[in-house]
Amino acid sequence: MSTAASLMVEADNLTFTYLDSQTVFQEFNWQVAEGQAWSILGPSGCGKSTLLYLLAGLRQPTSGQVRVRGEPIGRPRPRTGLILQDFGLLPWATVFQNASLGLRIRGFYGPDGTHAPRDEEDLQIQQRVSFWLDRLGLAGQAGSYPSQVSGGQRQRVAIARTLALSPDLLLMDEPLAALDAPTREGLQDLILDLRREHGLTTILVTHSIEEAALMGQHVMVLGDLPNRDPVVLSEPAAASAAFRGSHGYTDRVKQLRLTLEAAG
Amino acid sequence: MKRRNVLLAAAVLLVLWQVLALIVRLPVLPDPVRVGQTLLTELGRSLGIHFAFSLWRVLASMLLSIVLAVPAGLVLGQSERLNRILSPFVYLLFPVPKVVLVPVVLLFLGVGDLPKIFIIFIILFFQILVLVRDQAAGLRPELIHSVRSLGAGRRALFRFVYLPASLPAILTALRQSIGTAVAVLYVAELFATSYGLGYYIYLHGSTLLDYPKMYAGVVAMSALGLGLYFATDWLHRRLCPWQFVS
Repeated sequence: MSTAASLMVEADNLTFTYLDSQTVFQEFNWQVAEGQAWSILGPSGCGKSTLLYLLAGLRQPTSGQVRVRGEPIGRPRPRTGLILQDFGLLPWATVFQNASLGLRIRGFYGPDGTHAPRDEEDLQIQQRVSFWLDRLGLAGQAGSYPSQVSGGQRQRVAIARTLALSPDLLLMDEPLAALDAPTREGLQDLILDLRREHGLTTILVTHSIEEAALMGQHVMVLGDLPNRDPVVLSEPAAASAAFRGSHGYTDRVKQLRLTLEAAG
Repeated sequence: MKRRNVLLAAAVLLVLWQVLALIVRLPVLPDPVRVGQTLLTELGRSLGIHFAFSLWRVLASMLLSIVLAVPAGLVLGQSERLNRILSPFVYLLFPVPKVVLVPVVLLFLGVGDLPKIFIIFIILFFQILVLVRDQAAGLRPELIHSVRSLGAGRRALFRFVYLPASLPAILTALRQSIGTAVAVLYVAELFATSYGLGYYIYLHGSTLLDYPKMYAGVVAMSALGLGLYFATDWLHRRLCPWQFVS
């Protein structure tokens, strides 16, 4: 049981069937240790987003169980961060208001919200959000609306909003798919840096072989439904910006391409 | 729209009115200067009171419809099941011309302000309900998911997502229905009251045949509608600044 303490995510005999009786996962078992970086790779419709939503507590398994730090997941867990491809920001709220949304939601429910002095609580949100906006290079955009900033900046806001809540597990569903190549690379590096700085466990869903190869020490390849026993390819040198462009990276991309073709 | 252009358009309309009055030369079409003078003197007398009554009735019905239609629209918009059951009713009732119900409403609610407020309320109610519902239902599931992942339950979703998302819909619905509301107000004030601009216009136009006063009432009623329209516009800019950024 000594390993159980360091497990971040466990899927135990997980089965998930959609209402249209499409079974996406069947008796699926999976373990993610604390601090690991995972990529989940597969074509559209392979169930990779569904898996992420199950981990996030936004969907419930048909049978079996998903546990995060040993706790069964029945609803979104406060310390799990989720970043989606797009549409995650409130269009009517400024960058600052969006980045502080998670904290404001905590204040909305928190029992001390009615007792603690209002300005003291504001100060804390102000500090934490300002720190993350600074760290992500968004300090100058704090008063802008999402429609006024670039796609890359919008995704940075989504990251700031999630990290302001001090997560230990970061789930990402195609977070960079809509961005142009230089912006995407910049954000990949940023996510890898943040992962190291804050000891985050990351699980990134992507349909891009290159992104999966770079971002995950472990890449799970999903393919034909139902997913039961997916292929996992591991490469400890991955999940660092230096890995991009190395021989190991090129080999891995080739290997993943072959695996993906075999799985699909 | 520039304020200067609006003023210019107003000036052009006044000139056209003047020209028309000069051509027609009949008591039923007094010129704008005469009407303006009457308006100023009458405002100090009874017209001001009639205006206040009309304003109160239309404001009360607007408030009432917002208070009742917004929550109902939000609930329908975020519950597919409820919407499936109730939307056929809304679909059938929405296009019914509510103004024809004035005599019926008067029969049931009697004299006083209540039936007048009620009939305007019921028109605004459906407008706001439908727009708010569609706005709430049209929110992207990705947005809802990501806000839920931040810890939001149903109450926080209402507070942080559904309510702010429906603000533009509320203001649009109000703006679109101000013309109808004032028209219905006129009809409602023809019955069982001796206060309000509708009563004032009808009294001077059809009973006393005092045309300058009748036109003063018409101008006052138009100003009521315009004022509400401008106020809604102003609120829209104040409350939804993100819709006005470039």
